[in-house]
Amino acid sequence: MITKAKTLLFRPIIANNPIALQVLGICSALAVTTQMKQVMAMCIAVVFVCGVSSLAVSLIRKYIPGSIRIIVQMVIIASAVIVVDQFLKAYAFEVSKTMSVFVGLIITNCIVLGRAGGFAMENPPLSSFIDGIGNGLGYSFVLIIVGVVRELLGSGSLFGIEILSKVSDGGWYTPNGLFLLAPSAFFIIGFIICAIRLYDSAQIEEDN
Amino acid sequence: MMWDHYLAILIKAVFVENLALAFFLGMCTFLAVSKQVSTAIGLGIAVIVVQGITVPLNHLFLKYLLAEGSVVLSFFSLKDIDLTFLSLITFIGTIAASVQILEMTLDRFTPKLYNALGIFLPLITVNCAILGGSLFMQEREYNFAESMVYGVGTGIGWALAIAALAGIREKMKYSDVPAPLRGLGITFITVGLMALSFLAFSGIDI
Repeated sequence: MITKAKTLLFRPIIANNPIALQVLGICSALAVTTQMKQVMAMCIAVVFVCGVSSLAVSLIRKYIPGSIRIIVQMVIIASAVIVVDQFLKAYAFEVSKTMSVFVGLIITNCIVLGRAGGFAMENPPLSSFIDGIGNGLGYSFVLIIVGVVRELLGSGSLFGIEILSKVSDGGWYTPNGLFLLAPSAFFIIGFIICAIRLYDSAQIEEDN
Repeated sequence: MMWDHYLAILIKAVFVENLALAFFLGMCTFLAVSKQVSTAIGLGIAVIVVQGITVPLNHLFLKYLLAEGSVVLSFFSLKDIDLTFLSLITFIGTIAASVQILEMTLDRFTPKLYNALGIFLPLITVNCAILGGSLFMQEREYNFAESMVYGVGTGIGWALAIAALAGIREKMKYSDVPAPLRGLGITFITVGLMALSFLAFSGIDI
């Protein structure tokens, strides 16, 4: 039981990473990776939504008619996201302001829907919950790497605390503005995928 | 002139703030369905249509149903209630419903078009670009005409980006990509380069 839970929790992080292998859920996330503060808020939100919605879908999986299952799952996910959104607005207003529409976009994050629709519809509540959390963590793993690289190289700081002293403040580091712009996130993810596949060559795609 | 204003929103939505390349929206479908130009164009057209319908429709729901003191709420004498926190669930419901209706209408009246676009329509319900368009409309407080222009504009921008990417990927079949980068990795880097070139549009002053 415990080993099974462990596989469910840790497999999605490297071996079956939702972003790198399954191309899911990149949509709503990359725009918030310029600052670690937002990255952490986004990761916690996605882990929460993913776990809770998988649990809820799994609990009522036997009562969901097949023809309207996507709508039922959407409503469950949307409710979880509204809870997160309201919570952020109440307790972390600044963060929620800078993340603007991207909290709401967790609804259409394919990881959440993929886990709720694919795994939770066929598995008991506890393992669905763990699977949801695991996939949330796999997503967070990629997001945190992207966030660290972008904030460190783009503005010389982490969590808003200065790490590399900038030239403008009399230091030595010239911030690389490209890392604050959209294209850098695509490049970083491309190379993360490359690194994961170098490590685990079974994931290399066939030439077609 | 009024037209300038709408033209500015349109150009901004298509080029400067391209949903796919500047905000990373709709990435899952963007990467999955961009292997062939013909299917990419089909999906692009479907996105333009759905986006052009749902953004203004969601605007109406927001203004006349959910906002504080709206017509419907006042009718039931619930003047002090603000339902905007339900906007997320309303938007996703509107999108799912209008995609379904569009699918049935196409099937009934233009079977040919349905055969071409039909397989893409269900994908669109969970496309973040569609929901993102409506959420940006809410955040920027566009009026009805503006949201119509914005919806169509973002759709065109997204379609443009996916068609361009599909073109590049078709050519890339003939190139020798390093094994670990093959497939997904090189696609990301290509999209990055495309995004870089679209950044040039941010210099436009409107």
